[in-house]
Amino acid sequence: MTKLTDLTIRGALDGLAAKEFSAAELAEAHIQAMEAGRDLNAFITETPEIALERARESDNRRAKGDALGAMDGVPIAMKDLFCTEGVLTTAASHILDGFTPPYESTVSANLRSAGAVMLGKANLDEFAMGSANITSYYGPVKNPWKATDGKDAGKDLVPGGSSGGSAAAVSGGMAVAATGTDTGGSIRQPASFCGIVGLKPTYGRCSRWGVIAFASSLDQAGPMTKTVEDAAIMLGAMAGHDPKDSTSAPMAVPDFAAALSGDVKGLKIGIPKEYRMDGMDPEIQALWDQGVNWLKAAGCEIKDVSLPHTKYALATYYIVAPAECSANLARYDGVRYGLRIPGDSLDDMYMNTRGEGFGHEVQRRILIGTYALSSGYYDAYYIKAQKVRTLIANDFKAAFEDVDVILTPTAPTPAFALGEKQEDPVAMYLNDVFTVPTSLAGLPGISVPAGLSKSGLPLGLQLIGRAFDEETLLRAAHAVELAAAFNHKPGREG
Amino acid sequence: MSLDKDTVKNIAYLARIRVDDEKLEPLAGELSSILDWIEQLQELDTDGVPPMASVAAMKLPQRKDVVTDGNCRDAVLKNAPDPEDGFYTVPKVVE
Repeated sequence: MTKLTDLTIRGALDGLAAKEFSAAELAEAHIQAMEAGRDLNAFITETPEIALERARESDNRRAKGDALGAMDGVPIAMKDLFCTEGVLTTAASHILDGFTPPYESTVSANLRSAGAVMLGKANLDEFAMGSANITSYYGPVKNPWKATDGKDAGKDLVPGGSSGGSAAAVSGGMAVAATGTDTGGSIRQPASFCGIVGLKPTYGRCSRWGVIAFASSLDQAGPMTKTVEDAAIMLGAMAGHDPKDSTSAPMAVPDFAAALSGDVKGLKIGIPKEYRMDGMDPEIQALWDQGVNWLKAAGCEIKDVSLPHTKYALATYYIVAPAECSANLARYDGVRYGLRIPGDSLDDMYMNTRGEGFGHEVQRRILIGTYALSSGYYDAYYIKAQKVRTLIANDFKAAFEDVDVILTPTAPTPAFALGEKQEDPVAMYLNDVFTVPTSLAGLPGISVPAGLSKSGLPLGLQLIGRAFDEETLLRAAHAVELAAAFNHKPGREG
Repeated sequence: MSLDKDTVKNIAYLARIRVDDEKLEPLAGELSSILDWIEQLQELDTDGVPPMASVAAMKLPQRKDVVTDGNCRDAVLKNAPDPEDGFYTVPKVVE
């Protein structure tokens, strides 16, 4: 029998149905793995009692023949950006010290209704701002993978970010699956760095209610899983219209898993020439070419497409996201929740609290955003960026008149060593060069592990779909997954 | 676009973030390098392009203007750092 901590969602559901093991045993195995993997720092808060209680409830439902949810008894990690009733919720920030929400986010509530079992709250970059999970107040997360060759051989590597704890937990066998959130690549890039599948759904597919806000026009929750089929199952359990989020789409949730027919004959795949950047790592280029060949062999039609404004996407993002973050994070004032550092006046208290409560990267982004929105600069920065954003979205609209899915690399490099790129913010931002355009356009994107670098680290390919067409996207991703047959595991045992 | 120390100090005040004086200079350097890099947007002609206002092509829904929630004062105050008699507290603002 497969080790319980190697199971996929599908495998866990099948094993539970066949009574090979109980949900409590499955939870227990993952709780042990979570404890054994504490050196990775993937969790901020472990919730073993909640996990065992919910697992036993699931076992009871199964024993009594009650109706079961789509993930009944499956243990998952919850990114600590989702508010969870009665459980510390930190956004990995000092400023939310002790914050225990009296309510549950819609996505985590949906997962709970589907029977998923929460193991704990996964570490992340502070307020989801980062690409290496090094900005967390609770310390960096380590990638379960180690390079076997090259300059980083044997070193501790970053898991990517911001959903780095989620990615490390799934990759390290500490959770069957995890929730992530993606604002500019925060699901897809860590999925690529840790050798798992990460899906950012269409903006509006999952409710943002109860998800601690970073940039509201970009934030979207999604699944991080071991397989494409698992991503389909978990997205179905997370998604759905929510009247409490006015940007949540009033649409029915399709049976995403049913879309994985394996048949992609005639599907048109676009290859954007602007993603072939100067100085691109030949390894990444080779993997991308390999992906093209796999889809061709599966019967897809490959077409060149042009996304001419790609090179402006990152600069656009680094106006829009900080602007929205400076507005969203204004709520942390030391009055209503979290940290308070006293001061002589109200202003003094605000400044002391925010000066001590926010980490350096978060402060940097709030300041950039404040500047971009300030009188005299608003048109030159914010309005300009929103205009370029229209051009970027139009690029995709035009491309999707010719093709069904777009194929690109997920990230320009494999995971890098902890401590690298820390001093230069722009170098860090470049990690998201392939994922940010999709986010600006609100489109769904998925990273699928597709191969290993020469240094022995996982590399992902990204597929991008039309708005609200996750079904075609998942079908194409499944074809890449089948062709890649990626079955490597990190060196360490979970 | 290069920001000087005083400008950064003013932005930090607008954002209500205390930044120690000796940190203003390095911060000005970091922010300037980000803004320099963002400057590339100016080379694009965006005349006549509408700024993107909404990602999802849908109309903002409206609901009836009625009370849907309430009577949960204690839950609302539960996370407050220093509540008193059912209120939030702040330093004295009126002399």
